[in-house]
Parts: sequence; structure tokens; C-alpha cells
Amino acid sequence: MKRYFDRLRPLFAKGGQYEKYYPVFEMVDGFFYSSSETTHHAPHVRDGIDLKRLMVYVVVALIPCILWSWFNTGYQANLALAKMGVAKTGWRYDLLTALHIGFDAGSILANTVHGFLYFLPIYLTTLIVGGIWETIFSTVRQKEINEGFLVTSMLFTLTLPPNMPLWMVAIGITFGVVLGKEIFGGTGKNFLNPALTGRAFLFFAYPAEISGDRVWVAVDGYSGATALSLGKVGGVEEIIRGGMTWWNAFIGLIPGSMGETSTLACLLGAAFLIYTRVASWRIIVGCFLGMVGASLLFNVIGSETNPMVAMPWYWHLVVGGFAFATVFMATDPVSAAMTSAGRWVFGLLIGAMTVLIRVANPAFPEGVMLVILFANVFAPLIDFAIIQLNIRRRLRRHVRA
Amino acid sequence: MSYQPKKILFDPIVDNNPVILQVLGICSALAVTSKLSTTITMCIALTVVTACSNAAISLVRNHTPSSIRIIVQMTIISSLVIVTDQFIKAYAFSISKDLSVFVGLIITNCIVMGRAEAYAMKHPPFPSFLDGLGNGLGYSALLMAIGVFRELFGSGSLFGYPILPLDRDGGWYVPNGLLLLPPSAFFLIGMIIWVVRSWKPAQVEQPEYKIYHAPRPEVAS
Repeated sequence: MKRYFDRLRPLFAKGGQYEKYYPVFEMVDGFFYSSSETTHHAPHVRDGIDLKRLMVYVVVALIPCILWSWFNTGYQANLALAKMGVAKTGWRYDLLTALHIGFDAGSILANTVHGFLYFLPIYLTTLIVGGIWETIFSTVRQKEINEGFLVTSMLFTLTLPPNMPLWMVAIGITFGVVLGKEIFGGTGKNFLNPALTGRAFLFFAYPAEISGDRVWVAVDGYSGATALSLGKVGGVEEIIRGGMTWWNAFIGLIPGSMGETSTLACLLGAAFLIYTRVASWRIIVGCFLGMVGASLLFNVIGSETNPMVAMPWYWHLVVGGFAFATVFMATDPVSAAMTSAGRWVFGLLIGAMTVLIRVANPAFPEGVMLVILFANVFAPLIDFAIIQLNIRRRLRRHVRA
Repeated sequence: MSYQPKKILFDPIVDNNPVILQVLGICSALAVTSKLSTTITMCIALTVVTACSNAAISLVRNHTPSSIRIIVQMTIISSLVIVTDQFIKAYAFSISKDLSVFVGLIITNCIVMGRAEAYAMKHPPFPSFLDGLGNGLGYSALLMAIGVFRELFGSGSLFGYPILPLDRDGGWYVPNGLLLLPPSAFFLIGMIIWVVRSWKPAQVEQPEYKIYHAPRPEVAS
């Protein structure tokens, strides 16, 4: 096979018959074998690491979340099926029965396979549709297709509820890739996180499918509120009454978007990303501190009417998409702030505003997606301010000396 | 410069579109395009006001001291806007309610002021009238395109008549809620600008600066 690719290569090289489609060839070739070239320019100015390795690291860090998403999606679905006791139909049911796996919520295998069957169609749709757009743009622009999209597609899939209609997934990733990234010049030039842009589009375009209580468990007609929407109603007491404990939420046995429920899996990913220095620990710690600070502030203020005000910070950490978004979305090296001090500000802004939206805005139970997009927009401004401060400080030192 | 009425009238529709090329009049383009009926009313109102104000301002251009010209222009434009607004209120009250302040805000629409200042102050009345008409039509063309897209895919209808059967009424089309929100017009205008500038590269602006490519450091081997 390697020989086959090598024989094909001259056809696609400069002057060859299919010169135009070199990026496509490069992608297929690079997918099977490591490319014979390494990235020529750093994808974003301040990082010299090979782009391929960087993106593969992120995918590795996502593995706990992905595995957990399979398990938990299946677990929630099987629980709901057991509770409702209705006849199961559809291709997933046929396949699971044919494989003798069944729907036992106590069996890890049954849960994982069931969840995987929800994950796979969404992921494939994302990969194919997004891949087509990437290919079109790379072909027109004569650029290499790179692994950035692999991460985007993975993140995008993990932020969706399991029952999302596939055509919506396709539209969402189209919007995310084209308007979130390619318009601005492709990987490394996007100022917004493409996965979140796509999700935000779906959130506003089809709110019925991506918010509310009915979508988080992959069984039609079953209503499983997320911890945050329960919290809106009655604070932590209501969440616990809904059958969730802190440990459940930490490990991730709660309904939610596919990949975001488990704080533990996110922390494993975070440890790996920080260890390999792919993600900035300053952003993650900044988010965390901002969240703790803002929730402590709200705890002190207190409120008679809004039960979310009293929610302690360790609950904020484990419910909703905070952990997932902090670790994988906020640290996107392209759209986050670049300066070290700027990353602190960026993280604090995200953490504090997430709590602010969760507590103070009745329209959105979860705000971390919008907050990160907002902070993405502000990242260049933050960097500019930090650099100006730096220049001024050095000027003053220079005068004194 | 020779006098070419056709060019004056049709140039602003594609080659020199006030919204696409000059990026003027964006705020009303965001606000009124979620329904076609309001869009078309707004378009007619703006076209009438621009054309008439251009003609009127051009008539008095040689008698207007330049120090008070803006006030004179404003007076003429606002009188026309008030007449238009009253007219819409009298004959299409419900649409006027939907449009709320936006007819009144034609006074501040950059296209009207811009054409008065840039064209009508220097040209005779009839070409000015044509220029106003053309710019109004250019604005209308873009707004109608956005309005059709937003109403068709946002609520599945055109002029309120259902075209795509909605899923909540038993049809198959799931309306796109984002298109009913004003920011969607931003995306649409942006994409239209993208398409038009790919089609007519002459409209692409000069880049404000060039990205500096640092020479690659020589690696000692």
C-alpha cells in the first residue's frame, strides 16, 4: 500500500496531472502513513511544536471523555428504557438484540455499545460533512488539510445531546467550519472556536433540540432534566432530590451532552494536556479560580428568590459543561489569549462569567459555551492591553536606569 | 463626465451597492428583514425618501450656504420621512406597527444622508433623483434577498403564506430559529458580500497591512 501511494505521488505533485487535488492526496496519505513533510510554519505564531503532534495529543486527552460518553449515553438510555418499559424500536434495538447485548443498565458492555451507537452516527456525520468543507477549502486554497479538524469534529460531537437529528449536526458543523474557521483563513487564523461556533449556531437555530429537559436522554419522550435546569428550580436540594449526588455528578452518571457529564474524565484529560504542555495551565486554573470566586461572591450576597445563588462552587464544578469546556474549549491555542498574563485574565473572565450566566440569567441554564465565544472575541484585546502594559512598564524601568 | 442616466440608475444595484460595497444602512437591514412584508414596505419607503430628498436637495443646492447645508438636508429629509411614516400609518397600520421606529429612523439612515451629501449637492435634480432611486433599489435588492431567505427558512413562509410546511403543524420543515434573530442578517450580509466580491474582485478592499513573514532562522547543522 505504501508503494501504491508512492507511485501515485508524482501524479499529484507540482506539474502532475492532478496537481489541484494534492491536498486530498496528502490527507489520505498522511492518514495512513506519517507525512514525509513536517509542518513548515508554526500554525500559530507562539508555538513551534509540530501541528500534527499537538492535535494528536488533544485527541489522546479526549479519550477518557469519549469512552465515558459512550458508557453514560447508553447508561442513561438503558435506565430510561427500564423505567418506561415501552417497546423498543429502531435499528439500534435490532442491532443490540441481534448481538445478544441487550439493554441491561447494570452491564458495562451493554451501556457502552448502546451509547456508541448514538455517538457513531453523529461523529461520522460531523467528520464527513466537515471533512468535505475542509477539502473544498484546502483544494481551492492549495493548502494542506491538517489534523485540526479531527479535534474540532471530536469536540463538536461531544458537546451535542445524543438524540440530535443528523441533518442538524451537518448544518451545525458546516456553520462552525465555514463561518467559524475557513472564512478567516483556516486553521490557525480563526478567532472563534469552530466547534463552539457550530454548537452556538444549533443552540439558537434549533433550541428545541439542544436545550430543555427532553433531549438529554437518548430515548424519545423521556424527560431527564440536567442538573443545571434542576438547580434553576430549587438549587442543590432539587438536584439531590432529582437523584443525583455530588459523586454521581463528578464521575458523570447524570444526563447531559454526550461528553460533558464527567468531570473526572475531563480532569484526566486536563492532566495529560498540562503535562504535555498542549493546554495552558494558566487558562484552566484561571477558569477554576474565576468560577470559585464568582460563586463565593454570590453565596455571600445571597438571595431569597433565586436558588442558584446559593449553589456552592464545588457543585458548579461538576454540573453542566464547565469542566469539559474549560479543559478542551477554553484552552484552544488558536482562539485563546496568547500572553501569559492575558491567559490568566482570559481564564478568570470565563470562570466568573459562566457562574454569572448560570445564576443571573433565567433564559440560559448553561452559559459556558457563550462565555467562551465571548472571551474568544476579547482575547486579542486582552493580549493588546497586556502587551501595552508591558511596554509601558519597561519604558519606565528604562528611564529609571 | 458624460451624462448616463442608465448607469446612474443601475450602477448602485450591483457594482456600487450601498449596503454591499459601502456597508451603509446595516442597522435597518438587520431589524426589518425577518418578514418580507415589513422588508418590502421599508424598501419602498427608503427608495421614495432617497429619490425625493436627492431631487429636492439638488434643487436648492445652489442657494444653500455650505455652513448650514447639513441642517437644510436634515430638514428636507425629515419632512419626507414624516410624510412617508404618516402615509404608512394611514394605509398599512399593522405593518407600520411591526416596523415601529424604523421608518422614522430613515432620517438617520446613512444611505440617505450619504447620497445627499455626496451626489445631490453636486449634480442637477434629475440625475440626483435617478441616483437616489438607484441607491434605494440597490438597498432594496439586498434587503429583499435577505428577507426572502430569512422568512422562508426562519418561518417557512413568504409574505405570511406558508411555503414549507412546518413540523409543528405536521409538515416536514423544522424552522431555523436563528434566522428570526437579527444577528442572522449579519451572517447573511457577510456571505453576500463574500459572494459578490468573489464574483467582482474589483470590490475587494486593499488590505490595511501586510502580514510580515519573518525570514526563517538559519539552523546550524
